[in-house]
Amino acid sequence: MKFLRRFFVRLSNLATGRGTDQRLQEEIAEHLVFQTEENMRAGMTPPEARRQAALKFGPAQAIRERHHAEQSIPFIENLLFDLRYAVRMLLRSPGFSFVAIATIALGIGATTAIYSVIDATLLHPLPYPNPGELVRVVDDLPGVGAHDVGISVPEWRDLESAGIFQSVSVSGTGADVNLTGSAQPERLSYKHATPNYFTVLGVDPQLGRTFDPHDATPGFNLEAVISDGLWRREFGADPHIVGKALRLDNDVYHVVGVMPRGFRDLGSTSEERNTEVWLGAGMAGLPFPTPRRGIRLQSRAVARLKPGLSIAAAQEHLDALVESLKKQYPEEYPSQAAWTVRLTPLSESVVGSVRQSLLLLFGAVGLVLLISCVNVANLLLARASVRGREIAVRHALGAQRTRLVRQLLTESLLLFLLGGIAGCAILFFARKFLLQLVPESLPHMSDISINWGVLAFALAVSVAAGTIFGLAPAWLMSGVDLIGTLRQEGRGSVGSQGRSRARQILVISELALSLVLMVAAGLLLRSFWDLFKVQPGFNPDRVVAIQTWLPGPNDPSQDIYRTATQESVLLREVLRRSRVLPGVEEAAIGDVDALPLGHSNPGTLPLIREGIETMDNQAPVIHSPIVSPEYFHLLGMPLLRGRLFSDQDLEDTPQVAVVNQAAARTYWPNQDPLGKRVRLHLDSRELLNSAGPAWTTIVGVIADARTESLADAATPQIYRSLYQHPAKSLAIFLRGQLDPSTILEQERRQVQAVDPELPVFRAQALDTVLSTSLSVRRFSMEMVAFFAATALLLAGLGIYGTISYVVNEQRREIAVRLALGAQRGNILKMVLRRGLALAAAGAGLGVAGALIVSHLMTGLLYGVSPTDLPTFAGVTLVLTTVALAASYVPALRAMRLDPITALHSE
Amino acid sequence: MKEKPDVLQGTLTLMVLKTLDVLGAQHGWGIARRIEQISEDLLAVNQGTLYPLLLKLEHEGSIVSEWGVSENNRRARFYRLTAAGRKQLQAEARDWEQTAAIIARFFNVKAEDLT
Repeated sequence: MKFLRRFFVRLSNLATGRGTDQRLQEEIAEHLVFQTEENMRAGMTPPEARRQAALKFGPAQAIRERHHAEQSIPFIENLLFDLRYAVRMLLRSPGFSFVAIATIALGIGATTAIYSVIDATLLHPLPYPNPGELVRVVDDLPGVGAHDVGISVPEWRDLESAGIFQSVSVSGTGADVNLTGSAQPERLSYKHATPNYFTVLGVDPQLGRTFDPHDATPGFNLEAVISDGLWRREFGADPHIVGKALRLDNDVYHVVGVMPRGFRDLGSTSEERNTEVWLGAGMAGLPFPTPRRGIRLQSRAVARLKPGLSIAAAQEHLDALVESLKKQYPEEYPSQAAWTVRLTPLSESVVGSVRQSLLLLFGAVGLVLLISCVNVANLLLARASVRGREIAVRHALGAQRTRLVRQLLTESLLLFLLGGIAGCAILFFARKFLLQLVPESLPHMSDISINWGVLAFALAVSVAAGTIFGLAPAWLMSGVDLIGTLRQEGRGSVGSQGRSRARQILVISELALSLVLMVAAGLLLRSFWDLFKVQPGFNPDRVVAIQTWLPGPNDPSQDIYRTATQESVLLREVLRRSRVLPGVEEAAIGDVDALPLGHSNPGTLPLIREGIETMDNQAPVIHSPIVSPEYFHLLGMPLLRGRLFSDQDLEDTPQVAVVNQAAARTYWPNQDPLGKRVRLHLDSRELLNSAGPAWTTIVGVIADARTESLADAATPQIYRSLYQHPAKSLAIFLRGQLDPSTILEQERRQVQAVDPELPVFRAQALDTVLSTSLSVRRFSMEMVAFFAATALLLAGLGIYGTISYVVNEQRREIAVRLALGAQRGNILKMVLRRGLALAAAGAGLGVAGALIVSHLMTGLLYGVSPTDLPTFAGVTLVLTTVALAASYVPALRAMRLDPITALHSE
Repeated sequence: MKEKPDVLQGTLTLMVLKTLDVLGAQHGWGIARRIEQISEDLLAVNQGTLYPLLLKLEHEGSIVSEWGVSENNRRARFYRLTAAGRKQLQAEARDWEQTAAIIARFFNVKAEDLT
């Protein structure tokens, strides 16, 4: 207690300055007056009285000092002294301070920038309470090579009652719907979800309520929850919105709640995250199929684990449940299909795809930070030679080594903190510009911000770096040879052996680190270039895709585009009108799955080959775009065998399909796929419009195209004709000299001339889609390349500084050599050899490091081996060249040294 | 010449507290003089050491100070014992008596007593 109290008194003394000292002084003066008076009364002369009083009192000054030492906190006081001194030192050599602070600002600013991205994505992937409890439930049929096949309603009910989860929700993966009744039919992203959806996520609405989790309506419950954005945009933030009607695709829903601002749905695509309407549905009544175990919904199951249950433990319980269900329903779960259910952290499904790229960037930026810190440490050591005398004098006056280290450490900490502040300030002012560099496909891009957490990170990094990289130079600097340094009156100082060795180690590590970064950048560049040049197998030039959507009411009998025949009337008219638009040379229509690279989650269908699959549940799954006959020609996908669709393939003619080579190879190895028959739905009885015949005949084979991802070789595709299969979500493809700014409006006019209820939206040029699909790769490649260039620059500066320093140190030696008749060329060579030795050591270490790093990033490479010789050789060459060039300037200076002046000045 | 004994660490505190207890409010010089008188000049107190001690005691809450006027009409800071100070005095006095008693016993002990 007493101790604490004293501490606070001391702290307040520190704040109030010399208050108590003042008082002490007053009292001493007062005392002396009393004593002098007393002495005078005893008969002394005034001067003698004063003298005796002072003698009796004792050493007033010493008493005051001792009291001060006792009443203050020496640590903080020294710190303030050190800080004041450090500021003076920094101001005295502004050039050094500027370079050091700028280098640190670069390192810490860049690191903080990348950290802010990671903070928004990897560290806070889910904006929901207790995100650790949220898992995705994924059904796989590994026996037939099918993954993420969706959940069936009975399985969902089993999971709900399994005791593993607080709640399990099933939702669609997001789709578009027409909001009609407003001025312009608007296209909205919606999602249907089981009523417990928001309960699982743990988010409450800002207005009204969400769905009742106990609602047991089998189909759509005709309730809608809307987003804050839609509420403000479409309804003017109407506070009485709850209960109002919302007309979506001809069906009327009632708004029951408005989600809070900033609520985002799950999902890895921006369309999914921008969901604006949620519809509650039991998934078990019309328009959903009858709930049976074999009928899997195109869906995503998200569950909240019981509190305290780990994913591994939950998975164990779940495996047991799956085993017992398999025994209970052997026909539904044939052993060949090997049905399994796996749990993955929900965060993984949101940011899993970019984790590797971001970690790579963080690693790269970490290296840059390391290099810039090393550079500053090097600068600090270089200054040691200038400040040697100052330190020696302080030493001679009795400063302890720890005290000197502390003071030097204060200086470097101040430098790093200023650098950190400058870095954050630059980041703050440049954030708008920097955010433009971030690809839009990055999840949670809108959440990237410089928040307190990010600032705390920057502060922590500054302090840690300042301590680590300030301590070693401070220790080396403080260990001066007292006599030696002081004796070199006016000659500057010769650095200690330890110091110059430390500098060389620092430069070598800088070179090694920058080589690692350059190799990483080189490999990424080559991967990117290969991907960029890869033949996609289709021709995206001058093609624009424009989307539209045919409303699909819940009651199929009200659908005016229910059959392919009904729909084809519309489609043919749209195509005819599109072809006459100015500039249009060709036009075709496909469903969204036919959009190359445009969707992250393409729908899949079971592929049941005649005579091969006997059990529907074991069928492999395949992508099946639906396209109009002109599609293949428009995209330049050549026919290899058989025929393409024709205008005569209609709903009432035999069903036909075209496969790509990958499908032919995978499903009919060593056979001719032409004439083979397949079924693309599980059971013909389940078809809503089962008028058509069950079997589809393969009539053609086209060449492979990378329509799913440029990095993946073609995946199996089976194309069906739009005139035989109605599709709701459509893309109109136009090729020609098109004006991207007006084409959407022109096309909208044509489509709405046929049906004014149809929305026409999102015109995309296919080559833009192509380059967007590479945007995260391009982003990380550009960033790493930028970091590598920075690293190279810093390493070049480092080696320049070190060689200059070495030359400066050896001035005398060089002068003597020259005086004794050494050739100037030999001097040049001698210095360059030093530089080369450093470069060689750095490159050797760097190559070893780069080999490790490049193997770690194999997953990010495409078409280039992690030990790619040209990359390694080229990078080493570049590094050596830079090192030599950086050594050349000081070498020249050494060569031109005038021996007389040099020796004279010593 | 024999040196006057130095003030034992801690005893000065006791003297100050006791002086204030006996005399009531008193200024610094008064305390110093009183200690001098009572110890009959046997004790060499550097008067200066008194003031840091007074400040410390005040910080610890054992005494309080206020401005007042001295007997010869000078402005001076007067110190006064607080309740906490009185308690401290009692405790320290007890401690001191105990210590003194123990020491006294050591002096009275004779060799034959220890067998």
